[in-house]
Amino acid sequence: MPAWLMQPRTGGLLLLAAIMVLVYLAAPNNFYLDVAIQIGLNAIVVVGLNLLIGYAGQISLGHAGFFGLGAYASAVLPAHFGVPPLAAPVVGMLSVGLLAFLVARPILRLKGHYLAMATLGLGILVFMLLTNESQLTGGPDGMAVERLRIFGERISGKDWWYLITAAMLLLSVWLTLNLIDSPTGRALRALHDSQIAAQVAGVDVARFKVIAFVYSAMLASLAGSMSALYSGFVTPDKAGFIHSIELVIMVVLGGMGSTFGGILGAAVLTSLPQFLTVFAEYEHMILGAILMAVMIFLRRGILPSTLDLLARRRTG
Amino acid sequence: MSQLAVEHLSIDFGGLRAIDKLSFEIAPGTIHSIIGPNGAGKTTLFNLITGIYTPSEGCILLDGEEVTGLPPHLLARRGMCRTFQNLQIFERMSAVENVMLGRHLHESKNLLGHLLRLPGVVEENRRSRAKSMELLELVGLGEQADAPAGALPYGALKRLEIARALAGQPKMLLLDEPAAGCNAVETQEIDAVIQTVAGQGVTVVLVEHDMHLVMNISNHILVLDYGRKLAEGTAEEVRQNPEVIAAYLGQQAEEAAAHA
Repeated sequence: MPAWLMQPRTGGLLLLAAIMVLVYLAAPNNFYLDVAIQIGLNAIVVVGLNLLIGYAGQISLGHAGFFGLGAYASAVLPAHFGVPPLAAPVVGMLSVGLLAFLVARPILRLKGHYLAMATLGLGILVFMLLTNESQLTGGPDGMAVERLRIFGERISGKDWWYLITAAMLLLSVWLTLNLIDSPTGRALRALHDSQIAAQVAGVDVARFKVIAFVYSAMLASLAGSMSALYSGFVTPDKAGFIHSIELVIMVVLGGMGSTFGGILGAAVLTSLPQFLTVFAEYEHMILGAILMAVMIFLRRGILPSTLDLLARRRTG
Repeated sequence: MSQLAVEHLSIDFGGLRAIDKLSFEIAPGTIHSIIGPNGAGKTTLFNLITGIYTPSEGCILLDGEEVTGLPPHLLARRGMCRTFQNLQIFERMSAVENVMLGRHLHESKNLLGHLLRLPGVVEENRRSRAKSMELLELVGLGEQADAPAGALPYGALKRLEIARALAGQPKMLLLDEPAAGCNAVETQEIDAVIQTVAGQGVTVVLVEHDMHLVMNISNHILVLDYGRKLAEGTAEEVRQNPEVIAAYLGQQAEEAAAHA
């Protein structure tokens, strides 16, 4: 096997693509395809969020806010401002990127719990805005989203959206892996362990925190826009606190500082509730127990801890 | 002209004056040691010079230009690199990546290129890695290049910090107790590295407790006590300075009395 195939980045990307094809072929019906699309949309957010939390070591409890803004960009811009549905996600991403850029410097001067509180506040602010500006957003009831058209063709249905989501996820993983293994990525990762050592090596700490924050916010916005166009409807819930927490759990569960781990985390946390419904009212209890067990026994997250175990078995 | 000049520098922490109206100069291309008892303010002085602390009064001139209050990353651009007494290692990165980070200022900033992994970035990574490998070899860590830095022993991390600081191609290198916690062989290796670096024209500023190392390699020694300058001069001058003898021997005599 050629050497480049064995590299984690290339090998991982190929494996991810192969799994996507297999899931599509093996999915018995549209329900499974729908779950897979939801996984993919969450995974796009998590790939960016993992760069911020897992690699650069900066917590955010407000990223659902950026997801929500992206979702409403797809809904509001075509409905009220005549922006074509295909351009809306791009406008959304750029606007969210600008917003993230403006708030990043003051917010990311904070550390630890204070940063968590500030990002939490940002998320809640967005949620309130989307809920209260009911003239534009339809308020708590949400609003319908005009369907995407490409060359006059109406893009709806699970097959189309599975393809689009898979492609966008692969693209965001590729970009993120590229970034991680670059001078920018090394500076970002250095922030996690010692900001002071990074600074004396010439790293402009504020600049790189902003990069990670803006990048992750834009990916969240993209996923939000796609989610709205896919489902044809938006509600403020997707911008809410619970969704922010779910996204962070996906990162931690799958593996902080592991891009593929985060995707696995998104897959587990998105699909588990769907399959636990057979336990009816015990669903949430069992979900909680599983999460606790994973964090106790696979402390670094599912993927990194499992890879560690395998490596130890091979050498031991 | 002196490379670094410190004038009437002071810093207070609450009521405590850790550095008190200190003035001294460092000539380019020399090995300059700062010694003194524990708590004399040596590391505080390093933190002031490298911009981690802002002085309460006084000023710092680098190559004749005032740099007082500049943040560390801007001082790094002027060729100042340092190591830390209490290690500051990027534990999740491999040893060689730690050193590669040290080359940050000499690497491209093209974010779009990094995202798209343009051919230039691949080439740059390769070149950065090769240069970092040379430095790891220099400090004797060539074998451990791809090990996670967090898994390396203390003595190795001390040398890893030196390699990382050297990667910035400094004009002035500040080493905060590089030999602390190292055995005699490792100390000798570090000694050799410092001499090599100084031989290439880099100004070395050294805080060190190992007197043997200090006396051997320093061109100039500054003795601090309670944040003030106690003495200054060549190794021989400092060794014979009565105040230094009193501060050091007096301390030892007291300790001997306490043990008796």
